[in-house]
Amino acid sequence: MYAIQVEGLSKNYHSAKSGKYAGLGKPSASPDQVDGVTFDVHQGEIFGIIGPDGAGKTTLFRILTTLLVPDSGTAKVDGYDVVTELKDIRQRVGYMPGKFSLYQDMTVEENLNFFATVFNTTVEENYELVKDIYQQIEPFKTRRAGKLSGGMKQKLALSCALIHKPSVLFLDEPTTGVDPVSRKEFWGMLRKLKEQGITILVSTPYMDEAFLCDRIALIQDGIFLQIDSPQGIIDQFAQTLWAVRSNNMSKLLRDLRAHPAVDTCFAFGDVHHVTLSNDSYTIAELHDYLAQLGHSTIEVHVIKAGIEDCYMQLARRVDPHSNNH
Amino acid sequence: MKIVIQTDGLTKQFGNFTAVDNISFKVQKGEIFGFLGANGAGKTTAMRMLCGLSLPTSGKGMVAGYDIEQEPEKVKRSIGYMSQKFSLYEDLKVWENIRLFAGIYGMKSKDIALKTDALLKQLGFESERDSYVKSLPLGWKQKLAFSVAIFHEPKIVFLDEPTGGVDPATRRQFWELIYEAADRGITVFVTTHYMDEAEYCDRVSIMVDGRIDALDTPKSLKNQFNANNMDEVFHQLARKAQRSDN
Repeated sequence: MYAIQVEGLSKNYHSAKSGKYAGLGKPSASPDQVDGVTFDVHQGEIFGIIGPDGAGKTTLFRILTTLLVPDSGTAKVDGYDVVTELKDIRQRVGYMPGKFSLYQDMTVEENLNFFATVFNTTVEENYELVKDIYQQIEPFKTRRAGKLSGGMKQKLALSCALIHKPSVLFLDEPTTGVDPVSRKEFWGMLRKLKEQGITILVSTPYMDEAFLCDRIALIQDGIFLQIDSPQGIIDQFAQTLWAVRSNNMSKLLRDLRAHPAVDTCFAFGDVHHVTLSNDSYTIAELHDYLAQLGHSTIEVHVIKAGIEDCYMQLARRVDPHSNNH
Repeated sequence: MKIVIQTDGLTKQFGNFTAVDNISFKVQKGEIFGFLGANGAGKTTAMRMLCGLSLPTSGKGMVAGYDIEQEPEKVKRSIGYMSQKFSLYEDLKVWENIRLFAGIYGMKSKDIALKTDALLKQLGFESERDSYVKSLPLGWKQKLAFSVAIFHEPKIVFLDEPTGGVDPATRRQFWELIYEAADRGITVFVTTHYMDEAEYCDRVSIMVDGRIDALDTPKSLKNQFNANNMDEVFHQLARKAQRSDN
């Protein structure tokens, strides 16, 4: 059973032919567009939409939550059509927008009660579902929502999105701007919700969060580059990936890029990740080349690709200019 | 080595809440200095003091040779600033944004014109001179915003989460711009939530509950905390926090 079914969904805010980015390597993409997206989300799955700002994540969420009508294509949420059966969908989904959208002048408690009432239910009826999350902010229940810290706002927003016991939960960039420790904690809350059978569609610009989802879609300029489990995406990375390190990392970046056999070279924390256009090239050969250019303490080894490596490779295949300066 | 930022017991209190608690550190000219911490650890408050926007409750700070308490206006003139949230005016054209910010920093019209040409050429943005900033893709905006922030050749540029929400390839290109600026002698003071970016810094400080609990090169920090990467270092330190934004 699918919780979400999307086929050929498109939305473009501008004419694709405006030529706004003519000559810029972005021939027809308008910011935030969705361009022919097709995917399914299983019931009880955590499905991540991963990509940068402007890639169309929010547009997709707004269509699926019936706040925006698509130009073409179809989408069903919990079996209902987003255009013709929007009222049914609105009762069944919870939506936490990227921008804090609760009533700032109402207290924590008032906000939660308000959302429960709008959905014809009470806080008591579904308290079990939000308990773990709401208890963390309950000591501040008489505080106005606008006066809460970022982390507390996030927890209140999640509680309000859950209080009517939705079957599908839409979380648009819930962890953007949140530090790594708090992000981990938030994902812990999502895992618990999943255990209760709630389907979660979540978007994020942080590629390292991919592994916390059951399946992910990598999105760029409104197009899904790939849909699979995080492991599945990594397993499909076609080239050999090398991690290279030396005593002078910025010179190393330049020298590697200048090498004729080097296809891509990017900084990745304390190493550079390199792919070669010719996979018969050996570690020893690369080592010698770098030693001749004056590098010392050179380390070269083959590694497994991460989601960011995959994203960059897939993005480059779609738009060969995207990695150029 | 020339010191361009020096704080000594810098403290900021709001009522009986100590947002920044007695921090002392030095940053050298041309250094890329990573300023990390969990949400609510006091990074923004500390940064506002260093930029001359907020006066310390106690302690001392020198930025670009000026006392942040006595000469905040001179501090402001000597620095550049860019954040993810606010960088450029969306409803102004590319050249108008450059003109505006350069003018605010007191550059002469003739110098601005010459330098604008050179900058647009260097970035490959010549054809975008008359485009409104709102029409540019995010990655281009961020690169332009950084270039505008260092257009007046400040001694130090403060970057507050400059790469949030940017795609992985552009994020790396952005760091290459940071390296170029540092090579020219501009000191870079940067906050980020991407722990791989902490590895690109010469030195990193990590704030916990208003204090600086660790400050060293990424390599030494990893050794010190017996960690494989900066993410692990960050988690070990931030987990100890008593207060939190949550």
